[in-house]
Amino acid sequence: MNIERLITMANDITNYFSAEPDHAVAVEGIRNHLTRFWDPVMRRQLKAHIAAGGDGLLPLAREAVERLDVPSNAAN
Amino acid sequence: MLSIVDIDYGTPRATSEKTVELQIDGRTLNVPEGTSVMRAAAQAGISIPKLCATDMLEAFGSCRLCLVEIEGRKGYPASCTTPVTAGMKVSTQTPKLAEIRRGVMELYISDHPLDCLTCPANGHCELQDMAGVVGLREVRYGYDGANHVHAQTKQGEANPLFVAKDESNPYFTFDPSKCIACSRCVRACDEVQGTFALTIQGRGFDSKVAASQDNRFLDSECVSCGACVQACPTATLSEKSLIDKGQAEHSVITTCAYCGVGCSFRAEMKGEEIVRMVPNKDGHANHGHSCVKGRFAIGYASHPDRINTPMIRTKISDPWQIVSWEVAFAHVASEFKRLQATYGKHAIGGITSSRCTNEETYLVQKLVRAGFGNNNVDTCARVCHSPTGYGLKATMGESAGTQDFDSIEQTDVVLVIGANTTDAHPVFGSQMKRRLRAGARLIVIDPRRIDLVRTPHIKADYHLKLKPGTNVAMLNTLAHVIVTEGLVDEAFVAQRCEPEAFAKWRTFVAQEKYSPEAMAAQTGVPAEAVRGAVRLYATGGNGAIYYGLGVTEHAQGSTAVMAIANLAMATGNIGREGVGVNPLRGQNNVQGSCDMGSFPHEFPGYRHVSDVATRELFEKAWGVPLLDEPGLRIPNMFEAALDGSFKGLYIEGEDIAQSDPDTQHVTAALSAMECIVVQDLFLNETAKYAHVFLPGSSFLEKDGTFTNAERRISRVGKVMVPKAGYADWEVTQELARAMGYPMNYGHASEIMDEIARLTPTFHGVSFDKIDRLGSIQWPCNDDHPEGTPVMHVGEFVRGKGRFMLTEYVPTSEKVNAEHPLILTTGRILSQYNVGAQTRRTANVMWHDEDRLEIHPHDAEERGINESDWVGITSRAGDTVLRAMISERMQPGVVYTTFHFPGSGANVITTENSDWATNCPEYKVTAVQVTRVSQPSEWQKRFRTFSSEQQALLDQSVDTLGQP
Repeated sequence: MNIERLITMANDITNYFSAEPDHAVAVEGIRNHLTRFWDPVMRRQLKAHIAAGGDGLLPLAREAVERLDVPSNAAN
Repeated sequence: MLSIVDIDYGTPRATSEKTVELQIDGRTLNVPEGTSVMRAAAQAGISIPKLCATDMLEAFGSCRLCLVEIEGRKGYPASCTTPVTAGMKVSTQTPKLAEIRRGVMELYISDHPLDCLTCPANGHCELQDMAGVVGLREVRYGYDGANHVHAQTKQGEANPLFVAKDESNPYFTFDPSKCIACSRCVRACDEVQGTFALTIQGRGFDSKVAASQDNRFLDSECVSCGACVQACPTATLSEKSLIDKGQAEHSVITTCAYCGVGCSFRAEMKGEEIVRMVPNKDGHANHGHSCVKGRFAIGYASHPDRINTPMIRTKISDPWQIVSWEVAFAHVASEFKRLQATYGKHAIGGITSSRCTNEETYLVQKLVRAGFGNNNVDTCARVCHSPTGYGLKATMGESAGTQDFDSIEQTDVVLVIGANTTDAHPVFGSQMKRRLRAGARLIVIDPRRIDLVRTPHIKADYHLKLKPGTNVAMLNTLAHVIVTEGLVDEAFVAQRCEPEAFAKWRTFVAQEKYSPEAMAAQTGVPAEAVRGAVRLYATGGNGAIYYGLGVTEHAQGSTAVMAIANLAMATGNIGREGVGVNPLRGQNNVQGSCDMGSFPHEFPGYRHVSDVATRELFEKAWGVPLLDEPGLRIPNMFEAALDGSFKGLYIEGEDIAQSDPDTQHVTAALSAMECIVVQDLFLNETAKYAHVFLPGSSFLEKDGTFTNAERRISRVGKVMVPKAGYADWEVTQELARAMGYPMNYGHASEIMDEIARLTPTFHGVSFDKIDRLGSIQWPCNDDHPEGTPVMHVGEFVRGKGRFMLTEYVPTSEKVNAEHPLILTTGRILSQYNVGAQTRRTANVMWHDEDRLEIHPHDAEERGINESDWVGITSRAGDTVLRAMISERMQPGVVYTTFHFPGSGANVITTENSDWATNCPEYKVTAVQVTRVSQPSEWQKRFRTFSSEQQALLDQSVDTLGQP
């Protein structure tokens, strides 16, 4: 999928959780949201984007994406 | 004319719990205090003659036919206006009463045409019935005197009292010659609908009913709800369909297929033909009222544009081939299997519809999860109320509104934000107006001056006319005032909510940046008005919040829903009648389609696919392994189609090419897929990109249930056989079988039985129980065997209420030199959603094109006059509409509806969406508006493409060999 769009969506989610004063809670909020609502294909693509430098992602988003669990291609 | 089966008790039901004992005609009766003598008699089966009384309206006492004698009282009181008292002894039939009643009827009939045999009301005319009841045998006055009946006098001169029939309204006629001036129509317009369009003009014998300033009905303020037609005891106001077809012979209870109010109707039938739709007096959502759409706009169901045979084609540039159902099912199954074999299991998906029944929606998501083996299922709630589901679940624990509509009867302060009830939810809008006329206070938060702000006998205490896109800023500043002015209901919060989350929230909203003074620059609303409004909401008694798509369809839609829940919790306005958080759903079954597991991440009953116990329950019931990861949402499907990984889509009753934002992006995605299957009544915009068309069935052609905005499950009753042979759920079932996943339901009720078995909030629901109770509000289970009108009583569904932080993040869609105006979109009373249904009815007489509403200041700056063609350009696309200059708008904001595909309203809207749910930001698009002289390039392409597709339909090849 269009990675620019995924980055925008991940940053939108991050902007919501940025209000959370506790950093760890904010990162977990973003990670949990991505896990619960995003198809694994999209999560995988974001992870790959981080591996490729992660341009455009907000710092909190990067942290959350780094902690993302994504099932392997075979499982999903 | 009333329903052919309803009993009319003459005056409304009294609600007192105290009863009064009295005697009527020697029978001892006990009735609630406040009951009229007329109603007390009627409830005991004693009919007192009447004309001006009907139980939809307050007693009026004008016809003098319902007079009775009461022991110990002088004269002959009207039974409709006389309340019962203890020990009262009433006689309804005495020689004196008979004489008076005959005298009254004699006067009525002396000024009434004697064409009973050819009159449309014949068979159900109350005047005719009363003439019979009182034994009228002669009219001593003759018929030659002053009258309203004849156009000319005996001498051949024009009769000044005569008024010709008004046939201007497309659905009903007004024949003043048959009017008995009982005022039932006038009172229905006032009391039931609240439009005040009708009046009695003149005095004494000159009295006559007039619309507005003696206008034709169509030119008056009349909104064509039909309440007057229903109330009329004669043929003065008659449905044109009744005039054409004659009296119905049976009646079937069903539920309207338009908006989220979910009005209950009696379809009055002659065999399989509908004579008229009459709102059901026993209907729990509408109490006998309806709007112009539900009552009258059903002609689309028999419109010649309907396609009643399956069709297939290889490419969208090919003519359609008409095929048998068997061929169509086999074709779809083979294509979908081919796509999965070639591109992977995840290359296909399905979209369920909020216009289809719960049972149909449930089956489509079951087909996707169990038959396709993935979770790529979504529904059109994605583009309307998905933030409601997210926001209310996060804060209170259930993805639904907290109240029933009748709760508003106990409301003291109504707060409406981002909802235009009188247009989009008209029947509830009428109930709201009734409550407001009775004294409830009103706060409206809306960028436009919607009708509710100032309407007969109603004026909002506060209209906070905020800038589009600043809902969260506004809600946070309301919260700021609550917290900083000591308006928190501390006892409620301490007892009912999570203390840590509340403390965090209190600190958050107390920040100075959220003070009304600091936020005024963002919202455009003066601080004093904000403070006044929130003090009223927090301290004015029972406060209830009603919201609509003006809240959800924003980049911060979910945040705004949570902010609304925060407000209600902070002020203790949750968990009892008269308060609550009330999302007004757009389409008839938005709530139901969400309940039924249409979202890619959750099973029916809002249970996440990763939840092991739930998944195992469904795996066992459905006999296949199910995925534990969310699938693609609709916009994700488009993205995946464009990158080549998503190739096939089964779309039931949804028109994404018109309704979804950024049309050109949508059509590009559709064009990139190899097998699009559209199941619909019409060759809609999406079907023009489809490879398979499966004919759908209208709500009249199937059994099932809809769930309205109050969580109310009501029955859809089949009144005719499906025109294409199958109800929609049967089509899905056959498709599943062809795909190799057997389904074996014999009736829609069996699907509901399965839903009930597998969904805790539906455990107690069955068709039998719905039929018995009339309707059921879920949760309905062992704890609530008859359903749940008010939720979160005593305890939130999630246990403790959770305050959520709701930072205001301005949308990235900002005005600039190139796009200096904000476009916001919405609906109008006479049209519904993409208009596929209402455009195919006479409702186009009220709205036959989408126009651009623009403030006079913005228009003048651009040299735009009323009705000029104007080009609207955003970063997504451009289109051309005619201008409507309107002071309802604020300067800098323009508005349009999206009911006509050629308008291209969604060519303009962008891909921006709610952070949590991807609900599109329809309500905020930066645009420029200029005078133009020709359609936009998109519109030219659209017209060419549409006519090509029409030609391909006209050239369709019938492979069935039928002549």
